[in-house]
Amino acid sequence: MEQKEILSLKKTATNIRKGILRATCSAGSGHPGGSLSITDIMTYLYFKEMNIDPKEPKNPDRDRFVMSKGHCAPVLYSTLAERGFFPVEDLETLRKTDSYLEGHPHMRTVPGVDMSTGSLAQGMSAAVGMALAGKIDNKDYRVFVGLGDGELEEGLIWEASMAAAHYKLDNMICFVDYNGLQIDGKITDVMNPEPIADKFEAFGWYVQSIDAHDYEQIEKAIENAKNQKGKPNMIVAHSIKGKGVSFMEGQAGWHGVAPKPEERDRAIAELDEYLASLDA
Amino acid sequence: MAGNIATRAAYGDALVEFGSDERIIVMDADLSKSTKTDGFQKKYPDRHINMGIAEANLMCTAAGLATCGKIVFASSFAVFAAGRAFEQVRNSICYPNLNVKIGATHAGISVGEDGASHQAIEDIAIMRSIPNISIISPCDAASSRFAVKAAIENDGPFYLRFGRLAVPQIYDENTKFEFGKGMVLKDGTDVSIIANGLMVQYALEAAKILAEQDINARVIDIHTIKPIDRDIIIKAAKETGCIVTAEEHTIMGGLGSAVAEVVTSEYPVPVKMVGIEDKFGKSGNPYELLEIYGLTAENIAAKAIESMQML
Repeated sequence: MEQKEILSLKKTATNIRKGILRATCSAGSGHPGGSLSITDIMTYLYFKEMNIDPKEPKNPDRDRFVMSKGHCAPVLYSTLAERGFFPVEDLETLRKTDSYLEGHPHMRTVPGVDMSTGSLAQGMSAAVGMALAGKIDNKDYRVFVGLGDGELEEGLIWEASMAAAHYKLDNMICFVDYNGLQIDGKITDVMNPEPIADKFEAFGWYVQSIDAHDYEQIEKAIENAKNQKGKPNMIVAHSIKGKGVSFMEGQAGWHGVAPKPEERDRAIAELDEYLASLDA
Repeated sequence: MAGNIATRAAYGDALVEFGSDERIIVMDADLSKSTKTDGFQKKYPDRHINMGIAEANLMCTAAGLATCGKIVFASSFAVFAAGRAFEQVRNSICYPNLNVKIGATHAGISVGEDGASHQAIEDIAIMRSIPNISIISPCDAASSRFAVKAAIENDGPFYLRFGRLAVPQIYDENTKFEFGKGMVLKDGTDVSIIANGLMVQYALEAAKILAEQDINARVIDIHTIKPIDRDIIIKAAKETGCIVTAEEHTIMGGLGSAVAEVVTSEYPVPVKMVGIEDKFGKSGNPYELLEIYGLTAENIAAKAIESMQML
């Protein structure tokens, strides 16, 4: 990838991060930590990879994205807004009574949301259905999925994984946002899902491990995934929870707590400084 | 009219009959010979998907297929479809209002020998509490065929409740059914018996028992429990003054409760309920179990008289 393109993605991701902070701060609740850790992957998918059109959010031939870790609605909404599915200003209505931006993604109210999620693991399972439909209809769309690492503790993940491999759903590309933290602490302390890559390999998936914040690695992994046939794809993306905001990085406490206005301002000032450095 | 046929068998036949519609996908969870989706599987193998023994995944995968324009019949035993996969049905099918039709077989205690673990007696109560879903509990082959047709013709989630036991035919195969509209099987003025599923046959028998005592009972089949036919219930309350309900289900939250909800808010009259009274089922011969749990024509007739005596 050209440096110019990487720079552009970094700028877009920074704007998406600012949207996450504004939205959760305005709502007074929500999940910034895991939203910030998967932002770079979302940016790559929606601004480089996916075949989508904000003017035709229901086009049957489009690529799909399912945010299986539905509590990361803030990054999904901020990405969709940045991509033109709805006005960026609306992000600050998140979770409010008169808003269409439900606390967890809802396909019936939010343009561009392909599946209602929030109850963990159900999104991955629904994505299996979308991928199966693609195979039945001989369509070449892909189904992308965002998973949490803590989410892997749900049994349904493994039912869905077994089915995706059984039906050879190579049109499915999943990312585990491997930030190592869940609400109650480190995933290895709460309920250890490791070894994650080995588990999916044993379930018959094509597994790759990458740095979730390195666009060249994201690109390479997706290209590899597109070139292999017969297996569903799992990209284990090592990430930093709260990525991009110094006082949020690596803190489980920012899983489900919104920034206060002062914290939001401090975070946005940091991100603006980063944007300026990118311009320089 | 044909002999005894299980409603699950009629369900399987209807899937084959209407299966030429390319949008239809039939899914199962390793029970296709029991849920009778195997007929569809033979005729349309490319559109039958076995998900293995994983009912939670069955429901969400069905939801995903439905987002891509498919009409999906997701089949399993009622106890797993409504029980084990409840939250998948709630969050992934009903909340986004997707076109998934749950074909739940082996409902009620007439499952028989498999016993309590496999006898769904609370499935209607569970499903009825979820917004967006429609529920049909047919009593015979013709009404089962209608249930499948209604589910195909009407967008959104459906719960179709079928039984394992072969049951007599109540309706002629040319009967015209209407989704959301009950059927008056026998007119009457003294008491209304409102039943569904396997209990419809016993409701008709109860009316005969009552006739011997010069009691003229009305018999109504409420095949569609949700949305319920409020008009037919209010009319029955007004014209007969008292009601007895009969269902192969717990009396907590099923047909009896649904009828009572309408009656108490619109035109209060006594409502007695025949059903399973806060107990689990058990293993045994289905007909013996129906006797033990009071799901009989005699019990319906006795409760009808009790209902009349409350006036």
